[in-house]
Amino acid sequence: MTDQQAQNKIKTEEYFINMGPQHPAAHGVLRLILTIDGEIIKNVEPDLGYIHRSIEKMCERDSYQQIVHLTDRMDYLSSHINNEAVCLTVEKGLEIEVSDRVKVIRTIIDELTRIASHCLWWGVMGMDLGALTTYFYAFRDREMINDIFEETCGARLTMNYNVPGGLMFDIHPNFVKRTKDFIAHFKTKIPEYNLLLTDNVIFHKRTKGVGILTREDAISFGVSGPVARGSGFSSDVRKHHPYSAYDRVDFKEILFTEGDTFARYQVRMMELWESVSIIEQLIDNIPEGETKAATKAVIKLPKGEFYQRVETARGELGVYINSTGNKNPYRVKFRSPGFSNLSILNHISKDVLIADLVATMASFDFVIPDIDR
Amino acid sequence: MNFLQMIIPLNITKTISDWIYSIMPETAASYTIMVVIAVAYLALFAVAGLYLVLLERKVAAWFQLRIGPNRVGPWGLLQTMADALKLVSKELTSTTKIDKFLYNLAPYFVIVAALMAMAVFPFSKQFQAFDINIGVFFLIAISSIGVIGILLAGWSSNNKFALIGAMRSGLQTISYELSVGLSILTMVLLTGTLQLSEIIEAQRTGGWLILQGHIPSVIAFMIFMIAGTAETNRAPFDLVEAESELGAGFHTEYSGMKFAYFFLAEFINMFIISSIAVVLFFGGWLSPFGITENIAWFPEVIWFLIKVLGLIFLMMWFRWTFPRLRVDQLLTLEWKYLLPLNLMNLMLMAIVIWLNWTI
Repeated sequence: MTDQQAQNKIKTEEYFINMGPQHPAAHGVLRLILTIDGEIIKNVEPDLGYIHRSIEKMCERDSYQQIVHLTDRMDYLSSHINNEAVCLTVEKGLEIEVSDRVKVIRTIIDELTRIASHCLWWGVMGMDLGALTTYFYAFRDREMINDIFEETCGARLTMNYNVPGGLMFDIHPNFVKRTKDFIAHFKTKIPEYNLLLTDNVIFHKRTKGVGILTREDAISFGVSGPVARGSGFSSDVRKHHPYSAYDRVDFKEILFTEGDTFARYQVRMMELWESVSIIEQLIDNIPEGETKAATKAVIKLPKGEFYQRVETARGELGVYINSTGNKNPYRVKFRSPGFSNLSILNHISKDVLIADLVATMASFDFVIPDIDR
Repeated sequence: MNFLQMIIPLNITKTISDWIYSIMPETAASYTIMVVIAVAYLALFAVAGLYLVLLERKVAAWFQLRIGPNRVGPWGLLQTMADALKLVSKELTSTTKIDKFLYNLAPYFVIVAALMAMAVFPFSKQFQAFDINIGVFFLIAISSIGVIGILLAGWSSNNKFALIGAMRSGLQTISYELSVGLSILTMVLLTGTLQLSEIIEAQRTGGWLILQGHIPSVIAFMIFMIAGTAETNRAPFDLVEAESELGAGFHTEYSGMKFAYFFLAEFINMFIISSIAVVLFFGGWLSPFGITENIAWFPEVIWFLIKVLGLIFLMMWFRWTFPRLRVDQLLTLEWKYLLPLNLMNLMLMAIVIWLNWTI
């Protein structure tokens, strides 16, 4: 047998491997069916539904006040923003104008939520890349936000602070002081984050040029949030369609054009500064006023379709309510950011190593209940 | 006789052997001595390994704004003992489609390789079980057996994640073995001997080798620490068990004591790498500037352990601050940077010695 014949007899085969539903990098129960040649990924097929709870169907059963509570469980890291999205939609339908006080408080807590979510993402991103220490630094700071939330509304994660027409109750007297303390503390900690992870040469090697998403692809796949902005697609709902108090604050939309994992990382890190600046602008002048507009005990939206979108920590969340004029909605649809962002994963992780897929996924910041609902 | 000398006999092996020879015929005594010393070493390193685990957890806690284990015993001192007991008493579970023989063999390869290397360790002048004239060579040879165990574990587990981990381990160990070997060779050039005790004695007069060889020595030390960290499969080179990519890598399917063998071996390997570095660069058991050289009762082993713990702390520092490299970057680092640098460094050391520029 000549060498050539021997060569022909040896052949390699692609094989498939289940990454998840129980996998450390999936951050939940996402199952990725990988087709692999050696360590090179040929195909990524996300398999969803491991945490599907029919939230949209349950909404058809519930009253509008009850729907708000279900949305906590979608993107649990942006629970306050999810609540707000439903409340804004219902308020739009009822044509209620909430007071300035409500708007400002909602915005401040939105941004605190965004910081908390980005903190968690930063810690976990480091962990996915093998730097385990980041997690604890991020959680130290996130803990302070959770304490503020706990004092404000009794819950640390699933807030339920918004109700259609305003807030469930007024803020705690300590809220302003503790938020200011946190901001002062956090401004000294972001540079520490950069020292620990951002400026690390191994981190640059692992993230630069990995998982490149072009602007065209981002638009055509409906990608939103920091992932889209890392590719230069200006998609910030806060900027383009301001809601609550975002029209009265001055902030930049962070845009990077590289589209790689490092660009997405930087977008989120810069957003931390923007969130801090938004809170600083609002915290000192929370206007006086009602915290809850008068609504009827049983809310009935007029017949028709209502849509409102907000910017969660992960991207654009859309709430669509189709009402027939009853106390329950006829149909509710949530346009979740995670689902659209996940759809691009196969497209940008062909012919890369497993480690690159993990880095890319970390930079997408998936929350699986948000994808499955 | 000093009190300290009573509790820490300076000549441990000699005391034991004298006593055994006095109560037994000569042939039986020599075999008994081997068994006794082996068991003593085994016990010593099992305990040392356990306490390194505790140290690792404490160091990790210090880096991560935590306290670390502090419930079992004072300062958590009995925590790893409790963990070891738990692991010993645990059921050994395995999947059905494994290659039983190789699966059971693999952990022993790893742990035995780690423990065998201990045999030549020069803890102090008298405290060395096996002072052979090719000590350094023996260490390198023995420490590369461990990778066979890792490869077997990955192969026999019948698990794709474990297989990927094992293949990465093969790549990594074969590559970085070169750097470890060459950086050791650079230092051997300076001393002209492979015997560990003689390497240390050469540093008694001229100062530690890292000072004697100045520039090439420092380069060799840095290469040795990088390659040594890679050899022990620790972060930032822990691709073998990269938990965010492969679950647990090659030991995914192992449980109980079999897992504990892999786990302990990692810490003993870390001890080995640090010890080699201490012998080759920091004067082994010799005290800094000879401050305790004239104090006859002072146990030299303390200096050795202090230096080793210092280097182990350095390796733990790497682990808890750096992200993990990717597999292609790992190979690039070795073959494109470390290896050429190492060869040039070897030449540089030869020139330094030839021109008699050593300090």
